[in-house]
Amino acid sequence: MEALFAVTLGVLTASGIYLILQARIFPVVLGLTLLSYAVNLFLFAMGRLAGGVPAVIGRSAEYGDPLPQALVLTAIVIGFAMTAFVVVLALRSLGETGTDHVDGQEPGK
Amino acid sequence: MALALIIALPFLGALIPLLVSRMGRSAVAIAAALAPACGLWLLFSQRAAVFAGEVQIAGTEWLPQLGLNLSLRLDGLGFLFALLILGIGLLVILYARYYLAKSEPQGRFYAFLLLFMGAMLGVVLSENMLLMLMFWELTSLSSFLLIGFWKHRSDARIGARMALAVTGGGGLALLAGILLIGQIVGSFELSVVLAAGDQIRASALYPLALVLVLLGVFTKSAQFPFHFWLPHAMAAPTPVSAYLHSATMVKAGVFLLARFYPALADSEWWFYLVSLTGLATLLVGAVLALFQHDLKGLLAYSTISHLGLITLLFGLDSKLAVVAAVFHIINHATFKASLFMAAGIIDHETGSRDMRSINGLWKYMPHTAVLAMVASSAMAGVPLLNGFLSKEMFFAETLKQHLLGSFYWVIPAVATLAGAFAVAYSLRFIHDVFFNGEPIDLPKYPPHEPARYMKIPVEILVFLCLLVGVLPGYTIASLLAAAATSSLNGELPQYSLTVWHGLNLPLAMSVLALVGGLFIYALRKPLFAWYEGLPEIDARVNFQRGITILMRITDALTDRLETGSLQRYMALLLGSVLLLVVFALSPLESLQGSLPAMPVDAITALGLGIMALTALLTAVFHRRSLVALMILSCTGLMVALAFARYSAPDLALTQLSVEVVTIILLMLALFFMPAQVPAESSSLRVLRDLGLAGGVGTLVALLVYAVITRPYQSISPYFLENSVPGGGGTNVVNVILVDFRGFDTLGEISVLAIAAVGIFALLGGLRLAHPSRDGNGRPWSTDSHPLILDILARALLPMALLISVFIFLRGHNLPGGGFIAGLVTAVALILQYVARGVAWTQARQPLAYHVLAGAGVLIATLTGLGSWLFGRPFLTSAFGHFHIPLIGEIELATAMLFDLGVYMTVVGATLMILSNIGQVSQAEPFREVR
Repeated sequence: MEALFAVTLGVLTASGIYLILQARIFPVVLGLTLLSYAVNLFLFAMGRLAGGVPAVIGRSAEYGDPLPQALVLTAIVIGFAMTAFVVVLALRSLGETGTDHVDGQEPGK
Repeated sequence: MALALIIALPFLGALIPLLVSRMGRSAVAIAAALAPACGLWLLFSQRAAVFAGEVQIAGTEWLPQLGLNLSLRLDGLGFLFALLILGIGLLVILYARYYLAKSEPQGRFYAFLLLFMGAMLGVVLSENMLLMLMFWELTSLSSFLLIGFWKHRSDARIGARMALAVTGGGGLALLAGILLIGQIVGSFELSVVLAAGDQIRASALYPLALVLVLLGVFTKSAQFPFHFWLPHAMAAPTPVSAYLHSATMVKAGVFLLARFYPALADSEWWFYLVSLTGLATLLVGAVLALFQHDLKGLLAYSTISHLGLITLLFGLDSKLAVVAAVFHIINHATFKASLFMAAGIIDHETGSRDMRSINGLWKYMPHTAVLAMVASSAMAGVPLLNGFLSKEMFFAETLKQHLLGSFYWVIPAVATLAGAFAVAYSLRFIHDVFFNGEPIDLPKYPPHEPARYMKIPVEILVFLCLLVGVLPGYTIASLLAAAATSSLNGELPQYSLTVWHGLNLPLAMSVLALVGGLFIYALRKPLFAWYEGLPEIDARVNFQRGITILMRITDALTDRLETGSLQRYMALLLGSVLLLVVFALSPLESLQGSLPAMPVDAITALGLGIMALTALLTAVFHRRSLVALMILSCTGLMVALAFARYSAPDLALTQLSVEVVTIILLMLALFFMPAQVPAESSSLRVLRDLGLAGGVGTLVALLVYAVITRPYQSISPYFLENSVPGGGGTNVVNVILVDFRGFDTLGEISVLAIAAVGIFALLGGLRLAHPSRDGNGRPWSTDSHPLILDILARALLPMALLISVFIFLRGHNLPGGGFIAGLVTAVALILQYVARGVAWTQARQPLAYHVLAGAGVLIATLTGLGSWLFGRPFLTSAFGHFHIPLIGEIELATAMLFDLGVYMTVVGATLMILSNIGQVSQAEPFREVR
């Protein structure tokens, strides 16, 4: 199971990386979103994986590691704020330069 | 305390002349003199202890983890230098009062001078080497300001820049050297380092540390081949030259030699490096000094030569040589300061510094002439003046060294030759300027004596030269003994400070130098002609050329790396990450750790498979934006499920609600973006991107696998144990967020609010073209308020709000809390926007979102501050159980109030972001949503 999880994370990362290497803004934003999924899962996995052990006192015999969960929870919300900021920055750049190329100008100009 | 005050006074005093700069020149000078005068008085009050051989160390810790402490040290050596810095500094302040013209900014001049003085005092009185280094760099910076004081003159600017580049660069080397010494000894405190000489010399790092420290010393003290900056620093006003190049700036280098002598000397490395550098500098400086036609140029090169002499003495590596070196430091400071001041007077009164036109001044300014002649004779080493005493000691010491083997005669021979040149240039200073016919084409004619008080500093210094020269035993002996003792770390050799030592070899060398000097001066005309014929080496041109070449190389490098293509930067960045991580992970022996593997279950495997597949498909379909976005949302949902599967219900809820708002956000953005992304990557670039993506993905997979199969030590048991007794909640994740790590959460919601404000600002005044058709040429639907969605949304709103209250209230004990409740509320409200449009929803909105977000951060902060009222640290939480009629037993915690702040911030920020972007897509002109 661990191997499968690791490979999945690898695929998420690879897809994200491929997308952020693209020239247009929207694929880059998609890539960032994929990367943040991967990063959040990665941080979460640092507390190791186990089923049925939520970190709620009294609900189970053992507890999962609550610390990575707390970290990731805020990371998800901040990730949304960051994505929104990037999107708006991209919109602003689209409005100012008239192109959605990441360099702010069409290639060859 | 007194020590710290001595250093602090000039820094504080630097402000006073600035404040009184409009009250006349004398007032400014007196104001400037206040701080050094107090400092001098404080220093003198420590005199008895210092002369008794006490070493005072005082200070407090600063960053003990780094070995950086605010510790100061006063011993004989520090006392001597502080005395020179403060004493000569006061004389320079008096002198500058008459030197600077009325139109020049006196206040600023004195402020710079005092800054420099404070920095110098810091260097000589620091016990901690890192602290000393900070002051050392400050001397470089403040001397830059002083040398470049006449900033309208290009030679002053170039001279200042050159001095800064050379001494600043040396400072970096010194930093590295000091760090190495600290590494070897394990402490940066001088008293520890000075006692650890054997340990340092035995270390393999010793040669490197020594060379680095010496680089700092040689650049600061203008030793060959770094001497070239000093003559160019003569573009400074003469009081600055008199100060920097007699007693302070350039002496900082030789001060370090004296300071580190017990720690670094006594090795062949030291002998060869220091003595040969000193010897070369001594000779080069003395020879070049004779050929300068500029009065200050002559003094500059003679300063270089004398610094070489002092360096050579330290390099000879005997205790007596150190005594002689310290003695010469004192003597050189006195006669050279007075000579610079005399040169300044001549410049001031004749308007020229060229010795080819300044002649015969004896007739016009006899008083100044006498003073300058006595000081020059001291420089030449004429008996009954202080320079003679230390020069005799120097000659004697050159005869004693033996490390050069059969070439032992080289050092005394070169020393005598340099001595002869010193006599020759001193003679030139006297004969050329004050005799030798009549002045030629002086800008100011006839010259006359300067203001009475301008001569006082020169008189004091010249008187000291005489006094020390005639009665060394009664004047300088105790100071010299104290300084030399501390330079040698406690052991003082036998020596006698008398004028007459009998007929011996050193005396013969002195006589030879005197006669040789007369001879060289007599031959000056053919010598000058020969020198004129030599190819000119202009340090300034070479320096500029070096800088230009350096700039060209760095420019080429930058152009190569920085093409302006973000894709390229990203690829370079990822490529380097790949390399570094591979390098870092290569020592890993086995990929799999010791934890038992979890069994594969079909449903989880299917979920993970869908997650991976949808991620891949997102990449594959990235050119069709809407399709890619829809596939991406599947990945997000699977991530939420993965959190739920692996015991993180809070995360699953958060991910789910964030997923909704993210997709809405991206849909909104997509409205403005081209629906089709053109295919413009060459196949080579696609290959590169695939390679990078595959490489990084593989690394991440390997890393994750390696980590999650290994056991680890967590700090979480603390949180699990204390969650209920300490935080009053059973949902440990929530208790961590609002209680244990509440400060982090406060930071995070602040970031959220700031992002929302930033987005609001970015959208301000944004005009975007509204496409009337989608990417496939179909017109947009005109039905902006679909009926079914509208009715559902209205029905859902109260339910969703109820659920969010429920999630909020139970959050402390069960999965939920402010973040999730806030997101649920936000989603419910967004749905109203989607169903009814911005204008309709906006009209029914009870509270402006930025107020909501701001109030949220404020409430969270105030909750934290509230604990101060009870004398607890920031964000300490309290909780208790209460019985409320109808509702029953309930637990209330201050953390809940904090969580309310989180809730409000999340709702406010999320809606502020989405509704403002939505606004842009609605009707023009853009109206802001609050």
